[in-house]
This record gives sequence, C-alpha cells and structure tokens, in this order.
Amino acid sequence: MSSVAVASARRIAWLRRRRAIAGAWSQYRRSRPGMIGLTVLALFVAMALAAPLLADESGLRAVNVIGNEPWSSPADFAPLGTDRLGRSIWTQVVWGSRTSLLVGLAATVLAALIGMTVGIVAGFYGRRAGALLMRLTEWFLVIPFLPLAIVLAAVLGPSIRNIILVIGITSWPSMARLVRAQVLTLKERLYVDRSRALGASRAHLMARHILPGVSGLILASTTLTVPVAILSETTLSFLGFGDPSRPSWGKMLEEAFAQGALTEEAWWWYVPPGVCIVLVVLAFTLVGRALEEILDPRLRERST
Amino acid sequence: MTAQPAAPPAPLLSVRDLHVTYRTSAGPLPAVRGVDLELAPGETLGLAGESGCGKSTLAGALLRLLPRRTEVTGDVLLEGEDVLAMKPGRLRAVRWSGMAIVFQGALHTLNPVQRVGRQIGEAIELHAVKGKGSTRSQVAELLELVGLPGRRASDYPHELSGGQRQRVLIALALACEPKLLVADEPTTALDVMVQAQILRLLKTLQSELQLAVLFITHDLSTLAAVCRRIAVMYAGRIVEEGPARDVFAAPAHPYTRALAAAFPVIGDPAFRHNPAGLPGDPPDPRALPSGCPFHPRCPVARDICPETAVELWPAGPGRRAACVEVL
Amino acid sequence: MSTRIVLGKLLGSLATLAFVVVFNFFLFRVVEQDPVANLFRGRNLSDAQRDELTREFGLDGSKLEQFWSYIQQTVGLNFGRSYVTNQPVIEEIADKAPATIALVGVSAVLSAVFGILIGVLAAWRRGSKRDYAATTLTMTTYSMPDFWLGMLLLTLFAVVLGWFPVGGISDPNAPDAGIGKLLDHGEHLVLPALTLTVAYLGEYALVMRSSLIETMREDYLVLARAKGLRDTLVRNRHAVPNALLPVVTLAAINFGLVLSGAIAVETIFSWPGLGLATYEALQGPDLPMLQGLFLVFSASVILFNLLADLVYVALDPRVRVS
Repeated sequence: MSSVAVASARRIAWLRRRRAIAGAWSQYRRSRPGMIGLTVLALFVAMALAAPLLADESGLRAVNVIGNEPWSSPADFAPLGTDRLGRSIWTQVVWGSRTSLLVGLAATVLAALIGMTVGIVAGFYGRRAGALLMRLTEWFLVIPFLPLAIVLAAVLGPSIRNIILVIGITSWPSMARLVRAQVLTLKERLYVDRSRALGASRAHLMARHILPGVSGLILASTTLTVPVAILSETTLSFLGFGDPSRPSWGKMLEEAFAQGALTEEAWWWYVPPGVCIVLVVLAFTLVGRALEEILDPRLRERST
Repeated sequence: MTAQPAAPPAPLLSVRDLHVTYRTSAGPLPAVRGVDLELAPGETLGLAGESGCGKSTLAGALLRLLPRRTEVTGDVLLEGEDVLAMKPGRLRAVRWSGMAIVFQGALHTLNPVQRVGRQIGEAIELHAVKGKGSTRSQVAELLELVGLPGRRASDYPHELSGGQRQRVLIALALACEPKLLVADEPTTALDVMVQAQILRLLKTLQSELQLAVLFITHDLSTLAAVCRRIAVMYAGRIVEEGPARDVFAAPAHPYTRALAAAFPVIGDPAFRHNPAGLPGDPPDPRALPSGCPFHPRCPVARDICPETAVELWPAGPGRRAACVEVL
Repeated sequence: MSTRIVLGKLLGSLATLAFVVVFNFFLFRVVEQDPVANLFRGRNLSDAQRDELTREFGLDGSKLEQFWSYIQQTVGLNFGRSYVTNQPVIEEIADKAPATIALVGVSAVLSAVFGILIGVLAAWRRGSKRDYAATTLTMTTYSMPDFWLGMLLLTLFAVVLGWFPVGGISDPNAPDAGIGKLLDHGEHLVLPALTLTVAYLGEYALVMRSSLIETMREDYLVLARAKGLRDTLVRNRHAVPNALLPVVTLAAINFGLVLSGAIAVETIFSWPGLGLATYEALQGPDLPMLQGLFLVFSASVILFNLLADLVYVALDPRVRVS
C-alpha cells in the first residue's frame, strides 16, 4: 500500500516538473531574441560537431599546405583565404570553434560547480562559516580578473586544461554571491521551516528544497557566464597562453597580429574569427537573458 | 421688487463625460467610462470605491498625469479652462498652483535621495511669486502649518514616520496655494490613530484656507466625517452621489449600502480591494457584465438588471443613484 | 558622512590589499619548486651565478624568511629587478604608468559618460526603435573582444583611411614640447582610447537603461511631474540621480575591466604603458615585472573600488544608517 503511495507521489512530482519545463519552454519560445540566440548557438554547435565534414583537419598543419599560396584573399582562395603559412582560414575557423566552445563551456561548468557549492554552503550555514566564505568571495571579486588569470596562466603553463582551470577559478565568485543571496531568501520560506520541523537533515534540505529553488537562477546565470569565459579564453590565447597544439579563434587572432596581418591588410585572417566570437557571445547572452526572464524569481516577482 | 436669486457660484472644477482608456499590450482598458463631477470653491467632495474602480485614474486624469499613450476624452474645466486642451506650458503652470494632489505617503512617493525641504522648495521655486520671503522660510512655514517642526526640512524621506511623510505631502500640496486639493488615499497606509490626526489636519486646513477638496478613498466612513458631498464609483462610473450624511445614513444604491456597512479592517490589504465584503471581485473593465455592471454581486439584483442600461437617476433631494430601485 | 563609515571602508580596502600581497607571494614563490631554475629556463647558469641569483632574490632562506623579506621588500616598494632590462621594477613601472593612466583614465571616463547617456536615452523612450537600436548596438560591441575591435579600428582608420597613426605614442618628427607635443600624443591616443571606450560602454548602457526603467515606475516621478516640472527636468533631477546608484557600483567593476583591457589594447597599438609592459613581461616570463605589475593592477582596482564605495554612500542617504 505504502509503496503505491510513494510511487504516485514521486510520479506526481515528476509530472509537475515536466509540465513546468514545458511551460517554461513555451514561454521561452515567445522571446524573439531568445530564439535567435538559440538558433545561432545551434548552428555553431553543429559546426563544431561537424568539423571533420566541413574542413580537412590536416590543413591545420603548415607542412600539409605547402602547395597553398600564403596571404591569399578570399577572392583567390575560397572560402576565407589563407594565412601567412598558407593554411586555410576556413579550416582554422571550423576547427577552432571546438576549442572555443569547449573551453567556454567547461570553464563555466567548473565555475558554476564551485560557485554553486560555495553559495549554497555559505547561505545555508550562515554565521561564521558563511561569513568567512563570503569574505573569501569578496576578496576574489576585487582582484582584477585578467592580471590574476595571466599570473596563474604564466605559472601553470599554457595548456587547454590550465586555461579551463584558470577561467573557472576566477569566475566562480559572482555566481557564489548570487546563489547565496537566493539561498538566504529561500531559507526564510515556510516550506523549509516545515521540513526542518519534520526532522529533515541539512543534507536533505539542501538537496530537495534549496537546490531546486536555485537551479533556475544557476541555469540563467551559468548561461550568462559562458560569454565571459569565451572572451577570457580569447584574450588569454591572444596573450600567448593558448594551447599550442589546438586551434582556437583567440589563437588565430594572436597569430594574425604577431605575423603582421594588420600591416599586410589581410583582413580575412582576423575578421572571421572575431565575427564568430561576437556571434557566439551574443547568442549566449541573448539566451541567458531570455532564461533569466523566465527563471529568475526576482525578475518574475517584479513583473507581476 | 423681488430680488433675483443669486446665481450659484461658478464651479471651480467641472468634469464632463470623462472617459479614460489605457492602452495595454492586451488591448484597450477602459478605466473611467463617462464621469461627471462638479466642485464649487471651498466645497468638499468625497469619492469612494474599491481599488480598481477608476478613482485614482480619475485623479491622475485631472492633471494629465497618466501614461503617455492613455486616451482621455471629455472636459475637465478648472475655473473655466479645459485642462485637457491646455498647451504643455500652460498645463505646467497650472499644475500645483491651480490644483494639487496629496498622494498616499508610501515610502517611494517622495524622492528618496533628496531632502524633503528641497522637494517642497522645488515646487515653490517653480511657481515663484515675488515678495513672499525666501524659499527656506516658506518651506518652514508650510511644515509648521501641517504640524511639523521646521527643522524637518533637512530630513530624508526614509527618516520620517508614515504620518510625518503624509504631513510633508500635505505641506507640499499646499506650497503654491492651490484652490483645489485632490487627496488620493491620503490615510490608507497609516494606522488608525495617525489616520484620525491626518483627517483632523485636513479638515482644519480645508476650512482655514477655504480649499476645495476632492477626497478619494475606499473607506466610506472617513468620507462621511470629512466631506459635504459623496460620490461612489463602481466599474468606472459614478453609481451614487449626494450629501454625505444622507448617503451614508440611507444609501440608495446596493453597493453603497455594502460599503457603508463594512467595518474597516485595519492593516488588511484585502480590505481596499473589497471594502464592502461582497462576494466576488470587481469586474474586469475589458469584460463588463451587461446592463448594470454590479448585478453579478448585487444582493438585491432583479431580472431586469442585466438588461437595463443604468444611469444616474434622481433619488431624493440633491441625490442621484444608478439603480433601478430608485425608479 | 560619518567618519566611522569612511574608516571602516578604508580598513576593508587595506585588508584586501594585504590579502593580495600575501597571495602574490604564494603565487610566485611557492608554486615553483626551484624558482631560479624556473625563472631562467633555457639559460645556462653556472653554479656561482645560480648561487648569487638565489641570494639576490632572497630565495636562500627558509620559506618563512623568504616571506618576511618579501614583505619588507614590498612595503619598501622594492619589487626586484626586471630580468630583461635589469632595471628596478618599480622604476620601470613608474616610467610606463603615465601612458596607461592617460589611456585608461580617458577611456574609463568616456565609456561611463557615453554608456550612461545611451542608457538614459534608450530607457526614456523604452520600446521605441531608438531603444531597440541602442540596445542591440551596445550588446554587440560588448560582445567583442576589446583588442579585436582595436584591430578593426586600426585597419579602418589608420591603415585604410590613414587618418590616425598606426601605433606608438608619438611621431619622431613631432615637436618636442608644448602644444605640438600634446597634439601629437593626443593624435596617437585617439584610436586606443576609442577602442576601450566603445568596448566597455555597453555594460554602462545596459545597466543604466534597466535601472532607469525601474526608476521610471516610481511614484515620486509622478509627483515631480504633477508639480509642473518639465519632462527633461523630471528625468534629470529625479529619475537619473536615483537610477545612477547601481551604475556607481558598476563603475568600480568596470574600471578593473578597462584597466585589464588595456593590456591587450596597448599591445595592438604599441602604446608604451603598463599593459604593453605586461605583454612583454609575459614573453620571458619576466617574473619580477609580472609580480610588480600584478600588485599595481590590483592596488589600483582596490583603490577605485574604495572610491566608488564612498561615492555611493555620498549619493544614497539610505545606506548611511547602518
């Protein structure tokens, strides 16, 4: 008898969650900027995944393109011309999308995990532990990102893993702060008190009540952090910390600059990767803002 | 030779067939649907009704303070001049000096980052009349008029209590010596003791300064004490009007009856949305019931009510009501 | 404003600075096992040279002794010597600081001014085409890597159109002093400053816009209008001062971003400031330089945060009651 009751309670919760997601999706669909962003993102993800179909990976290594004319404009060498070593820009853009997207997403996920944990723990345990964690977070926030990232990257060395690490470590504080504020609000809500009265353990409270309450905020905030991560990767690559063995849009910009594309007026080398970055960053921003409208309880309360 | 009866004094405020329609993303919203009002100099008129009946919209319409794309038609004659037809420059000059509004003293009614003295002074300087002394002394005088010490001028709004803020708003409204005061829910956010003080203050000021006051609230009992005449609004129209005491003692319209019978519930926000304690909610202005808009909630509704286009019919000496019962 | 509040914030900033100093130490000294070998990777050192260098950099004592000497050095503004030029780091920094101060100062101010202006104009006519255009444009520029924007502007205005110099801070043929020199520097400043300004005004515009939209809902604006104030005065005297408050907080954050942005942008334009110095120090890596630069960058941001904090308290009387 009780197992039936448990099963139906869980099923009800599941159905309710599915309906909530469906409702959120239909609401999201109504946001034009949100849909535009999503479409652009889908295109770039498709590009990254379909890279082997779109461009020959061997074209990334200078030794394989000896036959190509370097510094060719798109008029001479479709579709986007060649760089100083004769490598196709199109190949680099296509394969670079993988690195840029990967780093952007991985670093953001790392930052989100750290930020979420710190935020929830700080909000939940309040008083000393919470205050201490928030102190740490505030300190991290004050240190300017780029110098810190540069120093860490210089000390750790250039590799894709380190870049992800560096960006993740420098981006978690703002999310932690948001999450903590939300946790504090949720703690005041009655259902948490009631659960506690029923004898729920802290872990249960955190997992079952707090986590769902902040998950919307985290999703929106995470989506908005990806642009920052991608731009950071671009800048770090430009400054020489990109993984030398992988192409990335930032690395293309670095090579273009260092090898004189500006003076050679070889705009086709540095304009396409930049345009891609702008599009991807803009797309994530639009999606993030659309999500924020739907999921951020603060915004929702204000609009009612 | 018999003396000709003196012509009645020209009304200070004359509102004729006022319609206000908001333009929202969900279509037009008619908030005021044909209101006529008159106010003689020095006269007090109370306007009662639930939240959402259109009374605050009415107040905003008088000085053209509603959002940009709101449609306002009809006449609003202030001393014979039509406010709705005024050019922007004339409108700005008339605002505050001809007619002023006492808003509800919520925390954000006053600019939070400016001292209250400065905010009063701004009004004085806008409509400056020579030879009245410095702005600062005028501000101090105004504050004392409403029972606040002059030094309060250097306080910020959040440093004042609700009652003190309300007094500041009254002082502000009087700053340019308007002939007409519109008090829009001036005591709603205050507790009972302070409410009584503020009402007393308003009454004193009104008689001393010979002000005409349009007093807007959802609490009918307050109006009975302060105003000479009362009008009751429902769904964007006036449904009853007449001398305050008579309307309160013997309401002609069932809605007024319910309002008069309601005991104010202190601190209950639901009260202002349904002071009459009637079942149901005020009607959606976009989907009004047919005939008399009140009939779905009316305790004495008859069969003909959904089919009758109600108007304000005479209901006694100086009284009118929009109910088939008075016919 | 109470001195207690000011003092409190000052102490907070000093504490943060202290944290940064300590952090700096651990970052450089502790992470590497053999600092000298690491610092001179690829260069052959005799044992004698290595010993001398170890002593000079104070790396010969225990970790605690190192830490103490580091603290002493930092307080005395002794950041060691650059590996590349062998000049004291502090001198190099002092030498290059003015160029960056000029660039970042101008850009930070202009990005704030224009960003706020655009935000105000967009919010006041919310939903209009003007609003839509402004928002889209600022979101796009904000999505650009700052140095890439610099590359575009350089290409268009310097290389293609030839209106501005391609880089550097001065023309060798320009006058040595007086107005001529100033104009020459100014000419070279235009493109890098334009880059940083445009790249960072986006956030100001967006924040100011949403803040003003929030403010526009407030009742005190209706009251201001009812008093007979002209529309623009209502906006400028009542709405904007309230809406500016979140922007002040933003200014603190944005300053750090503009300062960091200078690193890549100075590189693109060969602007001889601290940013370019950082880029060059990274090529070594010239670790003493990097350490000194990191401290200078952090200290500047901390200082600016403190200023912004104080300005906020001065503007908003509500936070003075703690």
